[in-house]
Amino acid sequence: MKPKAYMNPYLAGLFLGFVLLATIYVTGRGLGASGGVKAVALYGVEQVAPEHWNNTEYYANYQQSNPGSPLNTWLFYEIIGVLIGAFFSGVISNRIALKLEKGPRIQSKTRIIFAVLGGALFGLGSQLGRGCTSGSALSGMAVMSFGGIITMFAIFGSAYMVAWFFRKLWIS
Amino acid sequence: MAPLVPEILSSEFNLVVAFIVGIAFGFALEQAGFSSSRKLVGLFYGYDFTVLKVFFTAGVTAMVGVLLFAHLGLLDLNVIYINPTFLWSALVGGAIMGVGFILGGFCPGTSLCALAVGRIDAFAFVGGSILGILAFTEGYPMLETLFNSTNMGPLTMNDMLGISPEFFGILLTIIALLAFYLTSKIEDKVNGKTIEIPRDRKIKYSLTAVLPIVIITLIWMTPDKKEYTLSKMDSAQISEVSNNFDTMTIDKLAFEIMNNVHEFNIIDIRDTTAYKEASIPAAINVPFENLYNREWRSMLKQPYKTNVFIGDDMDKVYKAAFLARELGDTDPVILESPVVEFREVIFNAVEPIGDVSKTDLTRYKFHIEAAERLTEIEERLKNSLQPPKKEIKRVQGGCT
Repeated sequence: MKPKAYMNPYLAGLFLGFVLLATIYVTGRGLGASGGVKAVALYGVEQVAPEHWNNTEYYANYQQSNPGSPLNTWLFYEIIGVLIGAFFSGVISNRIALKLEKGPRIQSKTRIIFAVLGGALFGLGSQLGRGCTSGSALSGMAVMSFGGIITMFAIFGSAYMVAWFFRKLWIS
Repeated sequence: MAPLVPEILSSEFNLVVAFIVGIAFGFALEQAGFSSSRKLVGLFYGYDFTVLKVFFTAGVTAMVGVLLFAHLGLLDLNVIYINPTFLWSALVGGAIMGVGFILGGFCPGTSLCALAVGRIDAFAFVGGSILGILAFTEGYPMLETLFNSTNMGPLTMNDMLGISPEFFGILLTIIALLAFYLTSKIEDKVNGKTIEIPRDRKIKYSLTAVLPIVIITLIWMTPDKKEYTLSKMDSAQISEVSNNFDTMTIDKLAFEIMNNVHEFNIIDIRDTTAYKEASIPAAINVPFENLYNREWRSMLKQPYKTNVFIGDDMDKVYKAAFLARELGDTDPVILESPVVEFREVIFNAVEPIGDVSKTDLTRYKFHIEAAERLTEIEERLKNSLQPPKKEIKRVQGGCT
């Protein structure tokens, strides 16, 4: 079966905007993503290296401000929902497929290496930026946060600046 | 008034909310096409601006909604989470994320969506982001200075620019609309084909585009819920008669404090200095200016105790009762005399001399007794009956 066409971007944006608004109305906070991934990362540290977890100042402070398991956080539950919602959307639009997406000029291996690298940079940057495109930029825009909006400009600005150098990754 | 957490919904239930909004969030992102890395980076090479369209539409929609809800008194902007600004950390972090975007083709939220529909590159990206986060947490001692420098607090864009939130809202909306228009031109040029939009849809688009501006302008031009309520209070015929407020005499209030103190909230609306100097025993202090604040709303609304308003400026006391009624107090009561008079009558009772009636004598005796008992009660309650220090804190949010 052929995948269905994507939703009209403005309509999808409107829908996403209402989801964000409802989230702010009910919980007083915005959406996020990197924080949920962080919960998983910290859970890993706690499980794999409990001694290191207990002896490192950063983790100790984290534990103090977020008692209980690192997984017991708002954003972790939220990203579990994200996975389910996206999967459901993929199912109804026939887009579920195990495949690798890449530019026409590169090998699969290259794509994987750069995906890991890009992920690592995003992971690191999201910590400094106190949130990623969702938590800082999008949610920040909804509440007119100065920090959120400058993070947004920094993300897109730097991406445009380096896009030309990495064009081989994406375009022919 | 929203947000509903933690006052109306418990923190545990908040996690269920997280799960539900997560589903909607993931669904929206995937439907928009954010599970495809090539579609995402199209923004940076000019062939597909979906990200920008979705992103800006969502941001403007939510922003207009937040402004509107706050205007109608449905959402408390002092409580919702506003991402704090740490200037350099935000800029450096953003710049690193931008490079990550180009190299990886995703951002964290979209990578999760792509992972959910089976994209192998998304698995790699999510794995990479875990490594990146660990690099931060492990290297925190080195990054700490940058991370915490130039803390500007929960600063908003409008405060930064010194303009009203509405004005900034309109500016941002116009920027978004311009971006939509220009990027569609760029998209056509890069792709070498023009996408013709039918006339009827063009009209529909333009009308929708104007809608947020109209809404924000209305918000700007009309008084918000607070201003409206306060102006109603200012212009109301403030008097006992026209508003049918129940009143209490000094003796009655003294009697009630002596016998049924727990059935009343005695609310002293004078400023804190006057209150501290001398008030009526068992009274709590809610300065007139603070009465509208959200933290007092539950006290005003509760049906179990009678709220008795006291003060020195009787006009203000009536206004306070009027405001309390607007805010949900079904039956506010007013002490008909100023606080100073209450104290004078009760605590400095003068023995009637000469040919006195029995009533006067009884009253005098009552005042003496009341003075004694009230002093006792005042002592006893000194520590326990301070106003429930209900400070409403900002919601904690963010991704750190």
